[in-house]
Amino acid sequence: MAQPASIEVPVKASGASRVFIKRAEQFGLIVVWLAMIAVFGYLQPATFLTWPNFSTIFGSQAVLVVVTLGLLIPLTANDFDLSIAFVMTLSSMTVAVLNVNYGIGIGWAIVAALALGLLVGLINGLLITVFRIHSLIVTLGTGTFLHGFTLWMSDSMTISGISSSLINAVIVDRLFGIPLEFYYAIGLAAIVWYLLDYTALGRRILFVGRGREVARLSGINTDRIRIACLVVSGLFGALAGVLYAGTQGAADPVSGTSYQLPAFAAAFLGSTSIVPGRFNPWGATVAVYFLVTGITGLVFLGFSSFIQEMFYGGALVVAVTLSQLVRGRQEQQF
Amino acid sequence: MSAVAAAQAGTPPALHFWNLSKTFGGQKALDNATLTVAPGEVHGLLGQNGSGKSTLIKVLAGFHPPDPGSRLAMSGVEVPLPLAPGAFRQYRMSFVHQHLGLLPSLTVLENLLVGRFGERQAWAINWPGERRRAEERFAAYGVSIDPGARVADIAPIERALLAIVRAAGEISEGVGTGNGLLVLDEPTPFLPKRDVERLFRLVRTVVGKGASVIFVSHDVDEVLEITDRATVLRDGRVAATLDTAGASKTDFIEAIIGRRLAAARPPEPPAVRGASHAIIHDLAGGTIDGFSLDLAAGEVVGLTGLIGSGYDEVPYMIYGARPAVRGSLDLGGQGTFLPDMTPAKAIARGVVLIPADRANAGVIGPLPVSDNVTMPVLGTRFRRWLLNRGAMVTETGALSRRFDVRPPDPTLPIASLSGGNAQKVVLAKWFQTDPQLILLDEPTQGVDVGARQNVFRHIADAAARGAAVLCASSDYEQLAALCSRVLIFGGGRVVASLQGAEISKDAIAERSLAGAAP
Repeated sequence: MAQPASIEVPVKASGASRVFIKRAEQFGLIVVWLAMIAVFGYLQPATFLTWPNFSTIFGSQAVLVVVTLGLLIPLTANDFDLSIAFVMTLSSMTVAVLNVNYGIGIGWAIVAALALGLLVGLINGLLITVFRIHSLIVTLGTGTFLHGFTLWMSDSMTISGISSSLINAVIVDRLFGIPLEFYYAIGLAAIVWYLLDYTALGRRILFVGRGREVARLSGINTDRIRIACLVVSGLFGALAGVLYAGTQGAADPVSGTSYQLPAFAAAFLGSTSIVPGRFNPWGATVAVYFLVTGITGLVFLGFSSFIQEMFYGGALVVAVTLSQLVRGRQEQQF
Repeated sequence: MSAVAAAQAGTPPALHFWNLSKTFGGQKALDNATLTVAPGEVHGLLGQNGSGKSTLIKVLAGFHPPDPGSRLAMSGVEVPLPLAPGAFRQYRMSFVHQHLGLLPSLTVLENLLVGRFGERQAWAINWPGERRRAEERFAAYGVSIDPGARVADIAPIERALLAIVRAAGEISEGVGTGNGLLVLDEPTPFLPKRDVERLFRLVRTVVGKGASVIFVSHDVDEVLEITDRATVLRDGRVAATLDTAGASKTDFIEAIIGRRLAAARPPEPPAVRGASHAIIHDLAGGTIDGFSLDLAAGEVVGLTGLIGSGYDEVPYMIYGARPAVRGSLDLGGQGTFLPDMTPAKAIARGVVLIPADRANAGVIGPLPVSDNVTMPVLGTRFRRWLLNRGAMVTETGALSRRFDVRPPDPTLPIASLSGGNAQKVVLAKWFQTDPQLILLDEPTQGVDVGARQNVFRHIADAAARGAAVLCASSDYEQLAALCSRVLIFGGGRVVASLQGAEISKDAIAERSLAGAAP
């Protein structure tokens, strides 16, 4: 009779520790983020730990949040979109060229930019599914092509003078001291969350990503789902471009392309958090702000801008390693 | 026949295995088996699935350690067991497995040299020289294949010949004792019948150079044609070792199945059946050439045959998962042209498919049981703009209990369940839709004995509720337990049909083996 009791105790303890491990995985990134803020705040209380600094971080990096959210959707379907930052640059340049050079109303310029994003996504999706080419290759090609196209259409120049109504709506107008674009990004994160977690389509995207053959045999049109995902990432890239144009008040053909890698880093780092083992919008949003906080803090400490590349690059590798560990542990645990 | 004579005259055999046993978890896969292959002999190795053929080959390849007490001698010299993986090369052995081990995107020449780059020239490969050597080698074996062609572009028979020439080259150039031993592990099922003769010619050339060949096959006709002697395994024991010249096809089939065949069997009257429920008409595609079947509601029909006979392609073509070139399905009065079939259309018509490859095509391992189960009914779980995930988990829980899934926790990833329980989940996933036509491929593959009965019961229940069931399987016992009719395929066509009381494991095995002949 003593034996069952002695068996039960360790079982309960391991159950409790499993819950702890689960919580630690879910919220670990947030804890590390807060700890990082505390350290930088302790070292640089006068500059780092100020509301203007944080409102700048929240506002200006909303663009990266939108790019990352866009990336999540094809990633969930197990397709990579390496063209998204180039779509973003193209979109911001389209807004600038149409609005500034051709004097077209900002509303129509935005519509044109979004339509272009959708078109690029559709082309990516068709190339991937019709010709069965790996998404990495297709989007690497289209992205590079779009970069050249953007340089051509802008004459490699920065175009400034975008309508102030866009700039106001994005970065100047604030709610609780934070630029409106932050709320746009959070709103989009909520939409992606709803899409992926609470619609049948979201489940289908997940099935296509995790078991394409199972999904196909379950009657899911896997090609159509993959195309749709790439169209949505094209749209999100274009939306990010509109926000970027508003944030800068101008468009340049190069700087936006540096968003590609941080977006991947954030998407993978985010997949270790909130819903560990899955690409998820809230994890990705936290990951963006974690990365940006780290870089801002290090720059405040006197590191020059090279630290940005090192931090993003290092974070991508660490994030993928972590997400592999999370997945590996999940598979072994049960 | 000189080889057999030599074996009897006391020349040390190329290979002598004796006292060979192998136990897997209490089950004896090999039980005191003996195998003797004379120099220059083609020796057949036959037996049904599970008779111990592949275990024997894997022991020889060093993949499985045999039980203590097993003994092996090569060319008269005893070899310590177990063999380390790859150690067979020291004894001038080489293996050609059914899937040949070629890299389709590389050239014939590159495939010939795989694993041997750097032996002659460490720093610069002399491509013209290698090409010339390859051509000489092909010529020596009486084979003509363009060394520059991509393996993916050459005919299946040429791929098989290439693999055999490569293996023969390994043993003739290898160091070690003896004249070499080539093991051909079912090289023929995926070859067109007319090409098998070319393969046999090559085998004779290899033997003519002094090597011995072990020819593993299901096909009695091929064994009769190419071998000098053959060993038949049954339930891990040697059932017989026959001199091919003195043995008939019936002798072999009897040794494989293990009883004497009845001389003739009176044809039985057709069983009483209900009205037609599902009609498959003139299906063709892949190996299948013209398959028609009329199924009544509640009927379970089995499809079987030897590997490569095409029976296992039928369910996938009816479901639209593999392309059909012609044929139609009439289900409940509604016709579908099968080349236009897609899985989505099939599901909409009430057709479901449970594939054999559970890990890749049946379940998504890392996702929870509830997600796996709700996959085909997602559309109906989306109400008021929200996926009702609470209800999904509750319903899956109820289904798990109904299908006796253990543990019945819908939030566990399906990969954490045993094979049998995962298969019950797959049944629950599809049977909840109340299908009209159920297509099964190896429904109890990788399923433990306890769950097996459970799977049978659920299939029988679904049939009793009015579905027609088509079950492709190489497990004759399972077919005998489930089916009221069994169709046996050979070369893409139905060659025999059993029904009612005629059906037994042995009868199915016998017809499958006999059906291999055109």
